[in-house]
Amino acid sequence: MSDIVLKTENLTKRYGGVHALEGANFELRKGEHVAIMGDNGAGKSTFVRQITAVEQRTDGKIWFDGKEVNFAGPIAAREAGIETVFQNLALADDLDVPSNLFLGREKVLFNLGPFSILDRRYMRKATEAALVRTAVKIPNLSSTIRHMSGGQRQCVAIARTATFASKLIIMDEPTAALGVQETAQVENIIRTLKQNGEPLILISHNMRQVFDLCDRIVVFRRGKIVANLRKENTDGQDIVAYITGAKTGEAELAAA
Amino acid sequence: MAQTSHGIGGLTYDAKKRAWPAEFNVFLALIILVAIFELIGRIFLGDSFLFNTRTDVSGIFNEARLQIIILQVSIVGIIAIGVTQVIITGGIDLSSGSIVGATAMIAMSFAQVATVNGNPNPKAMFLAQGWTDLPVIVPVLVAVACGMVAGLINGSLIAYTRIPPFIATLGMMITARGIAKWWSKGQPISFPTDSFAAISTGSRPVIIFIALAILFQLILTYTRYGKHCYAIGSNEDAARMSGIKIANHKILVYTIAGILASLAAVVLCSKNLTAQSGMGVMYELDAIAMAVIGGVSLSGGRGSIIGTVIGALIFGVIISGFTFLRLDAYYQEMVKGVIIVGAVVLDQWRQRMRALRA
Repeated sequence: MSDIVLKTENLTKRYGGVHALEGANFELRKGEHVAIMGDNGAGKSTFVRQITAVEQRTDGKIWFDGKEVNFAGPIAAREAGIETVFQNLALADDLDVPSNLFLGREKVLFNLGPFSILDRRYMRKATEAALVRTAVKIPNLSSTIRHMSGGQRQCVAIARTATFASKLIIMDEPTAALGVQETAQVENIIRTLKQNGEPLILISHNMRQVFDLCDRIVVFRRGKIVANLRKENTDGQDIVAYITGAKTGEAELAAA
Repeated sequence: MAQTSHGIGGLTYDAKKRAWPAEFNVFLALIILVAIFELIGRIFLGDSFLFNTRTDVSGIFNEARLQIIILQVSIVGIIAIGVTQVIITGGIDLSSGSIVGATAMIAMSFAQVATVNGNPNPKAMFLAQGWTDLPVIVPVLVAVACGMVAGLINGSLIAYTRIPPFIATLGMMITARGIAKWWSKGQPISFPTDSFAAISTGSRPVIIFIALAILFQLILTYTRYGKHCYAIGSNEDAARMSGIKIANHKILVYTIAGILASLAAVVLCSKNLTAQSGMGVMYELDAIAMAVIGGVSLSGGRGSIIGTVIGALIFGVIISGFTFLRLDAYYQEMVKGVIIVGAVVLDQWRQRMRALRA
């Protein structure tokens, strides 16, 4: 049990009569990269929103980092070490890279309440270190996010997760809006995270990307986990069959 | 490091391509404006706008004019420092002019002398209580308290009821003006103590203005408060998701703006040696205009106190310039309006061009 980073049991979310998520049992081990796939409305994002406490679950239990957890909100989840890269990047356009990385948790020299003096040198150094660790290439740290391409913005958002020694990184379609080259850049960063042994949950629609980057694929359909397959034991057609419902995976699930 | 510099990850970039600060453009506009007045003066009046043409006064520049330029904008400039911070967070403050009026009346009544020409001071509201000839710190603290309360109400309304800042501060604008008129039944209050009058003698308003400008520019650049101002202004959702306490921050920003407006009131009524309920009318719009001309973006997230100070100087140059050209004061107003709209159009245009290039 000790190498399990995240475990959910019977995780359920209902919006009134709509069963968005039904009894999801999920496990993530240290250093593992797991993909979550499924059609629109299959419950992928709902699942992530329960873990990061953006919404409060209807039923079920969550264990994170060895303890049962009940986060009050996304900030509590983040403080515990769950970093999320949102689909709509949570970046401040008019701030530079270090300010964005440390947004809301600035390092200060003297604590004077709101007027605490910022430790700009430390934040710049830490930013450089984080960018090196994630192999993110940003030409100029001092330029504002507004002046950056979509790929660079996404890279900054990902580098932010690496700055704070996160224990789990969740990415919600990180390359959905990116071009070919930028996608490659983001995928390289994800590979670097893998080498560093940082666990990751990747929500993606891109089959090639999922097979390239992840160890395990979990398929959601109509609010339920219908497949939990190791990459070696499956292929694209198989996954598509699960996503569309042509194949129902009760047998495989029992084994996994 | 001459032309190119190495970024993280070995990529190179052209150091020249870095966007130069917006303040530079504003400063350029200031210089061009001064040059225009200088040129017109030389051609049509045979006099210099900027330089000393008199033989009985020494010095290269026309120092009297330079002093007037900055002195006449320093009081509204103090308000503009607060308004700048409000606009950077994506808000607006319409109440500052009325806060000046209300604060001036209230603070002045705590700065009264006991006797005028041997008779009891007819204007002293608190003569019976013996609250006359108080040390100068009392009216100043009363003023700061007034501005603080007004700002706290503004900020709390915006943060907790989620009404637009425009409406919240519009309400405060009308209410505070009402308080100013009610306080002394619309009568002016005069006869301040010598120590209160001393606050604004000579060029002291300028010194207060510049000192406050430097202080708040440092705060915006080097503190967590400043960073959060820009963060909230550029993407409030991102700021909230990053754990910034938006409500607390907004209350603080509007409180600071209120306090700065009340300090402007102290300087103003100390300079005029009287307080009237009509003081500070339209100051809020002048202050907003100074910020906008100085490159503070009305959509939030961008701008600086330095820019606003230069914007204030542009204002001062326009007023002095029109006086220098012996043009009617009415033209001033017209040109001021055109310049404000022009500054916003220019800012929008610059943003679009930048977005196209990116």
